[in-house]
Amino acid sequence: MNNYFTSTIFRKILAALSGLFLTFFLLGHLAGNLQLFISGVEGQTQFNKYALFMTTNPVVKLLSILTYASILLHVVLTLYLAFKSRQARPIGYAVSSGNSNSSWSSNNMAILGTFLLLFIIVHMRSFWYEMHFGEMPYQYLDDGTKIKDLYLITTSAFNNPLYTLFYILSMIALALHLKHGVGSAVQTIGLKLPNYEKPLKYIAESVALIIPATFASIPIYLYIKNL
Amino acid sequence: MTDLQLTLNIWRQRSSSESGKFESYEVDNLNTHMSFLEMLDVLNENLVEENKEPVAFDHDCREGICGMCSMVINGRPHGPMKGTTTCQLHMRHFKNGDTITIEPWRAKAFPVVKDLVVDRSSFDRIIQSGGYVSVNTGSAPDGNAIPIPKSIAEEAFDAAACIGCGACVASCKNASASLFVSAKISQLSLLPQGQPEKNERVKKMVAQMDEEGFGHCTNTGACQAECPKEISVDYIRKMNVDYNLSNIKG
Repeated sequence: MNNYFTSTIFRKILAALSGLFLTFFLLGHLAGNLQLFISGVEGQTQFNKYALFMTTNPVVKLLSILTYASILLHVVLTLYLAFKSRQARPIGYAVSSGNSNSSWSSNNMAILGTFLLLFIIVHMRSFWYEMHFGEMPYQYLDDGTKIKDLYLITTSAFNNPLYTLFYILSMIALALHLKHGVGSAVQTIGLKLPNYEKPLKYIAESVALIIPATFASIPIYLYIKNL
Repeated sequence: MTDLQLTLNIWRQRSSSESGKFESYEVDNLNTHMSFLEMLDVLNENLVEENKEPVAFDHDCREGICGMCSMVINGRPHGPMKGTTTCQLHMRHFKNGDTITIEPWRAKAFPVVKDLVVDRSSFDRIIQSGGYVSVNTGSAPDGNAIPIPKSIAEEAFDAAACIGCGACVASCKNASASLFVSAKISQLSLLPQGQPEKNERVKKMVAQMDEEGFGHCTNTGACQAECPKEISVDYIRKMNVDYNLSNIKG
């Protein structure tokens, strides 16, 4: 009767762990992106060398496979759970409690997540696909070698105000998704922090704000710089 | 004490096999000292006098301890007041001329029996699956025969405050029974008497919860906010841990 692997709790644990892994991925990704704040040829060279490292290093490759697997797992599981929860209430309420008993973000995780998935597709088409399969411009280094110029692709992408706006909106969606997601994931895996509720809330909400805000600051900086 | 006049939109459904709809009623001359259920009693007396079918609703103790009353009032299980059952909700919290929408608990696992009455035997089946201690308790033991730290005793008692009304399910966007199930697990598993069956209990009760068709927990915290006994979602965290550990142990 008890089947651990098909239980709702086990599925939620996997959704929580994949979500937390993706949050750590964001921290790493953000650290790399911060190099875009370095201006001039120096910044260009450093960023392009970094991009080359990130697409060729075997450890990074392994981590990227883990990241794709986490995204897939997170999407499949949360969609399945969202579908199951619709089944648990076939007839809805005529009057909604709104957000009188729970936060807006906690009630709209599926919508936020879907928007983020759309962002991931657009984002990977713009940079990941170009880097791997596109006709990339090259930067010629002083020692005569040439490397793919992802710096140029990135900085020119954020010349477009609509693209920059889409990025910023996505980061707002990310902030709202993380605002509920980080704390919820910690609760699901059952981590107990001393004096549980408040510290967890502050940590989760700081992470939720700082990561997307720092991400969004980069295209804003690039857009203003290119004006 | 002032008189209230209200418009009530109430879900009417003759039986579980028929579909229901909202019907509107006007009630006046209501005393603000009345409880919400007494207000419905007035409505039903009027309906009986008019030879109409009275509104069926669950109630028993009317003291806020039995867990029978169950209705969603303007989108909130047990109405707008914190830590309050419907029977303890007083009409002074409403204004003259208000329109109040009253619906039954909505969940696949709580089918409507009639009007505002739902069948909550899915909760009973969860308890039957493992929410007990299988020892012959004999006569009442000496109060301090088994030493239990004060903090543990308090925690178990807070869980035991659950009256099984189902407001957690009704308020949850996923119709999850996690708060109920976790409280019923914790009230036993935290105490020495509940230890021998701890692992089997959590496995069986969670399996039964899933089988009944309740949704999963997404930690919105709506259940804790709406629970008339203000039971903490920390019991859900504990249930997750206990469930995982009991399955890892085998």
